[in-house]
Amino acid sequence: MKRGRFGDFGGQFAPESLMGALSELEDAFRRYGNDPGFLSTLDSYLAEFAGRPTPLTHCRNLSEDLGCRVFLKREDLLHGGAHKLNNTLGQALLARFMGKKRLIAETGAGQHGVATAIAGAVLGIPVEVYMGEVDIGRQHPNVFRMELMGAKVIPVSSGTRTLKDAVNEALRDWAASVGETHYLLGSVVGPHPFPLMVRTFQSVIGKETRAQILEREGRLPDAILACVGGGSNAIGIFHPFLQDRVRLIGVEAGGEGIETGRHGASLCAGSPGILHGALSFLLQDQDGQVLPTHSIAAGLDYPGVGPEHSMLHETGRVEYTSVTDQEALEAFALLSRREGIIPALESAHAIAQLLKMAGEFERDDIIVVNLSGRGDKDLAEVARLRRGPE
Amino acid sequence: MTRIGEVFGMLDRPAFIAYLVAGYPDQHGFLTAAQAVIEAGADILELGMPFSDPVADGPTIQRAHTRALEQGMTVDGFFNSIREVRRFSEIPILLMVYCNTVYRRGVEQFYLEAKGAGADGVLIVDMPPEEGGRAVRAARESGLDQVFLVAPSTSDERLEQILKSGGGFVYLASLLGVTGAREKLSDQASRLIGRVRPRTRLPLAVGFGISRPEHAAALRTARADGVIVGSALVRIVEEYAGDPERMTHELQGFVAGMRKELEG
Repeated sequence: MKRGRFGDFGGQFAPESLMGALSELEDAFRRYGNDPGFLSTLDSYLAEFAGRPTPLTHCRNLSEDLGCRVFLKREDLLHGGAHKLNNTLGQALLARFMGKKRLIAETGAGQHGVATAIAGAVLGIPVEVYMGEVDIGRQHPNVFRMELMGAKVIPVSSGTRTLKDAVNEALRDWAASVGETHYLLGSVVGPHPFPLMVRTFQSVIGKETRAQILEREGRLPDAILACVGGGSNAIGIFHPFLQDRVRLIGVEAGGEGIETGRHGASLCAGSPGILHGALSFLLQDQDGQVLPTHSIAAGLDYPGVGPEHSMLHETGRVEYTSVTDQEALEAFALLSRREGIIPALESAHAIAQLLKMAGEFERDDIIVVNLSGRGDKDLAEVARLRRGPE
Repeated sequence: MTRIGEVFGMLDRPAFIAYLVAGYPDQHGFLTAAQAVIEAGADILELGMPFSDPVADGPTIQRAHTRALEQGMTVDGFFNSIREVRRFSEIPILLMVYCNTVYRRGVEQFYLEAKGAGADGVLIVDMPPEEGGRAVRAARESGLDQVFLVAPSTSDERLEQILKSGGGFVYLASLLGVTGAREKLSDQASRLIGRVRPRTRLPLAVGFGISRPEHAAALRTARADGVIVGSALVRIVEEYAGDPERMTHELQGFVAGMRKELEG
């Protein structure tokens, strides 16, 4: 396989001013990625600070309802409330080993921005977060969280003023500041080595899941479900199972329905294209202009997807599907009521897919859903939707 | 040799390369602007295809891309803009595009259409030579120059590869970062010329941040073969979009002022 590629996908489609920084990052990741000093420092932060390992919870009520054995991988219990911290601690520590003096990040829902602010605060590196004006409006508590932890939030007013444009702005900043700045990208997207590096840091989810289910049940699960925006929580839990006979199902944002065009389902409804440095599935028009997206879950509101997912989609190793905003909202309510766990709206997409396909499973089948985040951040939005239009 | 190489060969002063966004402020306004800069003495026209996510560009050119797309600019319209310019000028035309535009059209198809419309070269902003094999071949087969960028951060090893892959001229980015007019010319420009000059016979043109006559004068002194101005021109187009006569007047004044400094 060509360097930095997943099948035909991936690559380094970056402006020349970033190429030096990308190769510096690749060298550092290769050097420290296997360095015992780096790894033991990261492990101790993950255990003592972030709260790893996260539990694998058997959902007795939901299992009863659905007629199969349902387990949740509880990334919602990680510090910060989502899986994002696995990656930000890894990259921030790498940046410190590289001698970088400043971290920049993009954020959509604010979860990655918060996780970067946490990592920056604990490791003592200043953080600046680019966030679209639209997202600042709908995710205000996360803006306050970032600022409390000392990060500076920079509003982005260009383009669609959402996650995609926050990435654009962070890339522009990085092009001008590469010497002392590390761009802490939040998902398995972007130019090489980001998709590989973020997968490596997120694979802790799947490695733990594997050990936990073997310990508890003595066998591997029959299926694993995860939501896919950029796709970092999904790759994180899927990757250690790619060689096994385990069904892997990625769930994209169906928004108001694929047929309406208002969604974020790049794999289900897009085509190969180049955005943010990589060739991958993309929501675009016939001229290659990137299309606006929609999802009730801000973290899935992104027109692209990680290049490795594009490969896994083409080879058929992972099944990709989508659920609508409405289905995700119903799953959000059901998991809260039946299990006492309020999921992030992103993660509720994976739960919704489980509800849709429960009939396919046998009573003894073991199904793991990656509960990538908790729903506190979504309470105001869900309450507003329940009140109905104003 | 394409028209790009011929122009550099003919001039005994640095070439003035003018960047405009196709379809900005609209199709008609674009042609007015193109005519103005060509009549005032631009030596090469660099033509930007608007893209939804122009990550290598600063705010001025971003706004122009967004506006041109809102006005309905398409890839067909882009090729049509080239044909329109060809009705009144033989100026060398370099296309400045983002990779997805080319990829989506089909790489070979894009180069065939570009050649057919009358273009002379292509620069893909977000495509380093590592990813550019197919584009470089398509350029060669259709008789177009594939122009590459060199940044102050480009390593010696990669510089060799860029110089081997590229044609027409070498586009030196005077600074790290995105396009956009700056007050001061970066002192990295002359250092970069000094570094690249001994390694290639291709002309060296400097862009990014160049907006004033004194920048042009300094680059002439630094023995640049060309200066590239984008954002400063696009800003004039933006400011006088509603007044074509004034736009023409201001663009011509600006280009004449730069040309005068390049002539020394």
